[in-house]
Amino acid sequence: MSHRLSGNEAIAYAMKQIDPDVMGAFPITPSTEIPEYFAQYVANGEVNTEYVAVESEHSSMSVCIAAQAAGARAVCATSSCGLALMYELLYVAASCRLPISLVCVNRALSGPININHDYSDSMGGRDSGWIQIYAENNQEAYDNFIMAMPIGEHPNVRLPVMTCMDGFITSHAVENIELLETDVVRRFIGEYNPEHYLLKRENPLAVGPYDLSPYYMEHKVMQAEAMKAAKVRILEVAAKFEKISGRCYGLFEEYRMEDAELALVLMGSTAGTAKAAVDKLREDGVKAGLVKTRVFRPFPGQELARALAGTRAVAVMDKSEGFSANGGPLFAETRSALYDLKERPYLIDIVYGLGGRDVKVEDIEKVFGRLADIAVTGEIGPLYTHMGQRSKGGDR
Amino acid sequence: MSTVYNLKREVEKPVRLTGGHRLCAGCGAGVVVAGVLRALHKEDRAVVVNATSCLQVSTFMYPYTAYVDSYIHSAFENSAATCAGVEAAYNALQRRGKVEGNVKFITFAGDGGTYDIGFQSLSGAMERGHDMVYVCYDNEAYMNTGIQRSSSTPRFARTTTSPVGSVQPGKKQNKKDLTEILVAHHIPYVAQTAPLGNFRDLHIKSYNAIYTKGPCFLNVLAPCPRGWDYPMARLAEIIQLAVDTCVWPLYEVEEGVWRLTYIPKKKLPVEDFLRPQGRFRHMFQKGNEWMIEEAQRYVDEKWERLLERTGA
Ligand SMILES: Cc1ncc(C[n+]2csc(CCOP(=O)(O)OP(=O)(O)O)c2C)c(N)n1
Ligand code: SF4
Ligand SMILES: [Mg+2]
Repeated sequence: MSHRLSGNEAIAYAMKQIDPDVMGAFPITPSTEIPEYFAQYVANGEVNTEYVAVESEHSSMSVCIAAQAAGARAVCATSSCGLALMYELLYVAASCRLPISLVCVNRALSGPININHDYSDSMGGRDSGWIQIYAENNQEAYDNFIMAMPIGEHPNVRLPVMTCMDGFITSHAVENIELLETDVVRRFIGEYNPEHYLLKRENPLAVGPYDLSPYYMEHKVMQAEAMKAAKVRILEVAAKFEKISGRCYGLFEEYRMEDAELALVLMGSTAGTAKAAVDKLREDGVKAGLVKTRVFRPFPGQELARALAGTRAVAVMDKSEGFSANGGPLFAETRSALYDLKERPYLIDIVYGLGGRDVKVEDIEKVFGRLADIAVTGEIGPLYTHMGQRSKGGDR
Repeated sequence: MSTVYNLKREVEKPVRLTGGHRLCAGCGAGVVVAGVLRALHKEDRAVVVNATSCLQVSTFMYPYTAYVDSYIHSAFENSAATCAGVEAAYNALQRRGKVEGNVKFITFAGDGGTYDIGFQSLSGAMERGHDMVYVCYDNEAYMNTGIQRSSSTPRFARTTTSPVGSVQPGKKQNKKDLTEILVAHHIPYVAQTAPLGNFRDLHIKSYNAIYTKGPCFLNVLAPCPRGWDYPMARLAEIIQLAVDTCVWPLYEVEEGVWRLTYIPKKKLPVEDFLRPQGRFRHMFQKGNEWMIEEAQRYVDEKWERLLERTGA
């Protein structure tokens, strides 16, 4: 079925098709529309879901944790400050091994308060033990959300999944989208039948212990192993998904990378802009390419190194600062992944687009221009810079 | 909603909070939890929810749980939302025919987890109307972290963050009246109780709270011998003094109707409750008589108001 939907509508519709047991609902721009659309499905009696309109995102995640532990499928959507308010509980959800599905419509974090897109919110949760999958557009947001439960609920994984899409750019822009039939979605997701849950009559369960040092480390290692297993599972689910949709997903997308000498690594909707720039440069004979990160947790380090192995110069583009004084989070991961290559490309980091600052095809072309210079001279210049801000002199 | 109380019959029921947990000897919290859970019908299941607290770290230390029923602890400040989430799951799964039988949802949180950090979560869950019971076991300070003041700590009490010094008489503020705040939520049942005497009051109120549909709240005094600084064998006596001095009145509000459930035969002076406890020791030093006077005036005013409200 071909439709025209915004990213938020597409997610709400996917939730309706899935018909989860419990939804924790709380408004925050730009994810607010998701619980709004869903509330109407509830009001119309189109879903079985218990819709819990809580008093904060903190409670929304708390409700999801408890509901999932009780044996239900729980979902919620949030952005920015809302995700930040959940921070402690993101860790609780992952360590209790609860495959909750959260949609993070990415938005810059305060302060100053700003409602537009960057990844500072979900990057803050990157060490919390959640699987994180990023979408470039509405179609990917819809598809990623439908794959979330089969990934997270697998017995080898049992981890929560964060489906991320760019605030406004993806959440609010209406685009063509292919939707699956509801019965196809239901069959793909299957029933949720966890082995242990609070409401199981035969075998009561205790969740959330006080864990002393003789046990804590073992539990963390098990969690780490689950995150490794998630990488395998993500690809299995993607293969199955291709069968029902015809759409193919990997850990990341390689765009014109076969013989690329100059490459970008970035994520989300900027990939669309970057692809246009790559095409333009290719016409001029520049061997440009792009790696679009899709799965950020687990991070596909070895696979990424292989994809970049033949390049001469690479720019990572981070749409969140990180404040490490040493580059953004995507840069740190990429740089670490490249360490094991015998011949490493030159590598720089460019932090851009913070708080929704626009990035154009020409901006991306300039980055490739810099990579071309680096490839020729072998001089990388400053390792990590910002792009798109007004200079001190002020000309923008 | 009412039940006929028979102590002998009740104590013959299988326990739901087993021994061997690590609460201090003489801790009020364990007595409260065992007492509340005893009010469940034998055939009913429960999911017990717990906020981070002395109770939590003592009753579910991996790999041992002291609870016979299912149990979940998530964090310090979210036990009400957690209980709400379990109840929501139950409703959804029941509609799908995936759970059978009666399941009751009971939260236990300390005063810190209730009056302070979990207050918003509690208020939200009560307003939304989940079918659940929230029990605050009130020991009037953050005991698990070593006796810090909470908004439940009474005025003049010494804690590690409201110490007694030459210019400070212990805690400067009065205790927040949480029970009244919960009454203002206009939920079906709110009660203040304590594990007094033969546990009749605690039992009946627990039964009412568990078997009244909708959100119900119990505030239960749960003395802590360490934080209050009295010999642990005196638990029952301290509770008796708290109610006989009217420091901790026992009452309930059912569908908006206030009812006093215990009137002391002889209302004792507040100092009888204060004297055995080290946390109030400085109030008995020469020159500090005003503290006892103020404490007495505060209790008297509150008691008078309660008598008016309950028409007693
Ligand atoms: C967010 C958060 N802040 C602080 C703590 C530390 N902490 C754990 S239990 C506790 C005090 C609990 O007090 P109360 O709820 O009154 O229960 P009690 O231990 O007195 O029975 C504190 C401060 C925590 N676990 N989580
Ligand atoms: S410190 Fe107090 S509240 Fe904590 S277990 Fe000991 S007696 Fe109970
Ligand atoms: Mg306490």
